[in-house]
Amino acid sequence: MSNNKESLINLLTQKPWEPAQAKVDNLHEGKTFNLHVGKLGLRYIMVVSTIMFCLFIVTYADRMVYDDWIRMPEPFLLWINSLILVISSLFFIRIQLASKKNNFEKVRRELVLIGVLAIIFLIGQLLVWQNMIEAGYYVSGSPANGYFYVFTTLHGLHLLGGLIYWVMTIKKVWKLDDSIVIRKAKHTVELCAIYWHFLLAVWIVLFGLMLFS
Amino acid sequence: MAADSYDDVAKNKESIPELEVAPQDLYHAKSFWTKYIFCQDAKVIGIQYALTAAAIGMVGLVSSWLMRMQIAFPGVIPMDAAAYYQLVTMHGMIMVVYLLTALFLGGFGNFLIPLMVGARDMVFPYVNMVSYWVFFIAVLILGASYFVPGGPTGAGWTLYPPQAITSGTPGGDGLGIVLMLVSLAVFVIGFTMGGLNYVITILQARTRGMTLMRMPLTIWGILTATVLALFAFPALFVAGIMMTLDNMLGTSFFMPAIVQFGERLTYDGGSPILFQHLFWFFGHPEVYIVALPAFGIVSDLISVHARKNIFGYRMMVWAIVIIGALSFIVWAHHMYVAGMNPWFGFFFATTTLIIAVPTAIKVYNWVLTLWRGNIKLTIPMLFSIAFIITFVNGGLTGLFLGNVAVDVPLSDTYFVVAHFHMVMGIAPVLVILGSIYHWFPLITGRFLNERLGRIHFWVTFIGSYSIYFPMHYLGFMGVTRRYFEVFEGDNFTYSITGINQFITVAALITGAAQFLFFYNIIVSSKFGKKAGKNPWKACSLEWQTPDVPPTHGNFGKELPVVYRWPYDFSVPGADEDYITQDTPPSAVANAKAEQT
Amino acid sequence: MIVALLVLLVTLGSVAFHLWSPWWWSEIASNWVGMDNTILLSFWITGAVFVAIGLFTAYCIWKYKYNKNRRADYEPENSKLEWFLTIITSIGVIALLAPGLIVWNNFVTVPKGAYEIEVVGQQWAWMYRLPGKDGVLGTTDIKNIDDDNIFGMNTDDPYGLDDILIDADDLHLLKDQAVKLNLRALDVLHDFYVPQFRAKMDMVPGMITYYWFTPIRTGEFEILCAEYCGTGHYAMLGYVIVDEQEDYDEWLSEQMTFEEIMASNGKSDLIKLALNKKNDL
Repeated sequence: MSNNKESLINLLTQKPWEPAQAKVDNLHEGKTFNLHVGKLGLRYIMVVSTIMFCLFIVTYADRMVYDDWIRMPEPFLLWINSLILVISSLFFIRIQLASKKNNFEKVRRELVLIGVLAIIFLIGQLLVWQNMIEAGYYVSGSPANGYFYVFTTLHGLHLLGGLIYWVMTIKKVWKLDDSIVIRKAKHTVELCAIYWHFLLAVWIVLFGLMLFS
Repeated sequence: MAADSYDDVAKNKESIPELEVAPQDLYHAKSFWTKYIFCQDAKVIGIQYALTAAAIGMVGLVSSWLMRMQIAFPGVIPMDAAAYYQLVTMHGMIMVVYLLTALFLGGFGNFLIPLMVGARDMVFPYVNMVSYWVFFIAVLILGASYFVPGGPTGAGWTLYPPQAITSGTPGGDGLGIVLMLVSLAVFVIGFTMGGLNYVITILQARTRGMTLMRMPLTIWGILTATVLALFAFPALFVAGIMMTLDNMLGTSFFMPAIVQFGERLTYDGGSPILFQHLFWFFGHPEVYIVALPAFGIVSDLISVHARKNIFGYRMMVWAIVIIGALSFIVWAHHMYVAGMNPWFGFFFATTTLIIAVPTAIKVYNWVLTLWRGNIKLTIPMLFSIAFIITFVNGGLTGLFLGNVAVDVPLSDTYFVVAHFHMVMGIAPVLVILGSIYHWFPLITGRFLNERLGRIHFWVTFIGSYSIYFPMHYLGFMGVTRRYFEVFEGDNFTYSITGINQFITVAALITGAAQFLFFYNIIVSSKFGKKAGKNPWKACSLEWQTPDVPPTHGNFGKELPVVYRWPYDFSVPGADEDYITQDTPPSAVANAKAEQT
Repeated sequence: MIVALLVLLVTLGSVAFHLWSPWWWSEIASNWVGMDNTILLSFWITGAVFVAIGLFTAYCIWKYKYNKNRRADYEPENSKLEWFLTIITSIGVIALLAPGLIVWNNFVTVPKGAYEIEVVGQQWAWMYRLPGKDGVLGTTDIKNIDDDNIFGMNTDDPYGLDDILIDADDLHLLKDQAVKLNLRALDVLHDFYVPQFRAKMDMVPGMITYYWFTPIRTGEFEILCAEYCGTGHYAMLGYVIVDEQEDYDEWLSEQMTFEEIMASNGKSDLIKLALNKKNDL
């Protein structure tokens, strides 16, 4: 990392008009990072949603300190849902390994499982909502309720977005014609996996926040 | 050892996956629909953005006319207070978000980024296309709010709760505010998709030899502005969602216990100040999201038309980056008198005034670029000069408002209105106009009409200066903003009716001149003088395309290779007074810069 | 040539407008002369910068007009000049900021013994509350508000009984007495602003904000609401009347306390708890 920082300063202090610098610059490939654009794009999206969730968390922390804060119960079902997310992430690690080893049968099989788990998770979240509403914890009841519904909705929407990408991934791994397509498919699987791990991390933070406040 | 990073890249070259090096799959339009409507070519998307922004911008312009009529000649155009506040609100929101942000980043960003960095297109053309259509939907939702019962929201563009979602405000208890918030949320989503392209194209898809420090300042401005947007827009999104919930589902994120018109509302415990923090955490960077591309573009215009390299390129880049970074720790200077903890005032006044230093350096460097230049007084240059004057004026009044004790008497008066219109209204618009005159020959292959252009310039500059300069003095007198009836306050030192009428007439004339400009665009794109290749003799890559206007794929068969920075003007010993970025050293062996 | 003239004219015209325009602040009526002085200082510093840049730009445009037989200078940067300008600018900024922060420090530090008054904003009118004989403002809660208790006074707080409640848009103040305004809003944001006092602060529902000042001359001064508060924002006006002691006392004697108001409405039983506690004090 320190090397990176140093090179940022080096970069910004270059004098592009000087011939010595020009000689170096002429060799430049035109890329800032040694990374595929897809991966960079995914990082961009993860940064934006991290900022968004962070801002929510800041407002949550700001609101929590008031004395009219009423905690929400954590239904047992939420634990099960969390477990489902953990399991899908574990499966995705297996998929990543299998994809590296070109074991596409396994990749296909377990990718389908991922989709099923995601849908079960979403249904599970809806069930939690139903339980909450039946128990009288409406969204307008208290700020904690409000945040619970906001967090679960946003997380769910992120997962739905992920499912769209998952469909694209499935399409790709089912049609593996030549080596270029295979490389692209492996790449897609990789990105999909990173996103799933990211969603698990977000969920752990949000769930932890609601649990320990 | 300045070249560390490049050595690294060279060393790691083997480890780059092959996919990386594979040429970009170019998208090819097959029918009218995919060529002009659902097009994935960044140049077309840029123009789509610009036209949509201009169209909704007209609504904003006409709103301002109507507002000014009510202020100076009440009764000539019949309206009630609610209608007036709706005009104020929509004018502000449209101009800041849907016109300036969309035009600079969506319009100029899309058109210029691939051309200036030497790419064939954006890295994710499909996402880029979707981004435009999402923006278009946001504009439609905004437009729809004019037609719902109760009309659009009249909450002021800052949308402060509680009034934004209560019944004392036009649109507050109807659909107006809901559509506004939804439209903003959709805008943010669309913008995030666009920003994804701008950032990654600039970082990863530059042509060979195009180092970051060889990029034109336009690209630096757009890049930094997009990164700011990446951090700032989520705050608007979050605030919008929470306020929508407060409004629709009765949560109390921002809504405290309230007694309105003798009736107790069901809210309890929320914090209106929290909304203001979120809003300005977005709102202040937003100022720079508009200003930084303008800074970048105007640097390039001045340099090209003064035939001189931009003075202090490195300082200019640093200033852009520093301003961008600082813009995230100054937001609460909008809230000095908002009731937040007064001790914050010390911190935010200090950070705010610190930001004046890099900004001042930019101004000095623009003027120093003119110094000992060889200035062609073309229309883009005229607009750039007008920008400098306007921006200096507006920037200096910012030093009043940023200085917390001075802000106390001046905030919420016309001084603020004059300040921000000068600095982030007129100044960026002058840059937009100048850059349209500058790049129009690239977009259409023809010049805009010179005579009409000069008339347009004189009216726009003198007109807008006459609108906003006197307005500061109304603020000193204590004339508060957002008053439906501007009255002769009992204690004002002099009547304000005359000056208000003067301002209104100036506004009507200045606005009308813009229609002359639209006329010029329409006529000149068909019948204008042919421009040919690189008519301004500029150095940067966008002018070096084999075809003018550039066709799909931008650079023909081979991407250009960059051998120098974009400001090699008037290099001693060179035959011409400019050397384009893709000129190899061997072609300009005489130039002094090549020998040393 | 003509462009250089234009820049020159705009620059000098702005200065001329500043010097000779009749629109200027009205005579100050509070102790915040420091704010005015900081503004004047800002004018001197920023005005000098504005004129310098304007004149220099005009000079450059005139002097370095395009000539095809001439070349512009080739000078990528000049670190010395740039650092010099940076330092000069920093000094200017410090010269502006330091006095500003000193004034702000005074503004947020309420002097001991300031007379505490409550100003209540609601759509679209003002109300005021004075602490009464005991010099203490009673506590309030927005949930208490009803037709009998428009201020939302806590009915079990004895300190509130002698508070003087003024349900009118006009407020009288005593000349030369420092006042601390406690600001409260019932519905949306408002802002209590009198141009001659220079000071202002938003009123935020759900919290109490404040500012202080000392009126230094008698007269009637118009109150403007300075924070947009809905359709009636422009009509949310009133007057502050600064009196000498005699006139002030006369006005004060005409006002009623919370206890008196409740008694005259025949609702004394509502404040029984407070009355009992008062006897215990």
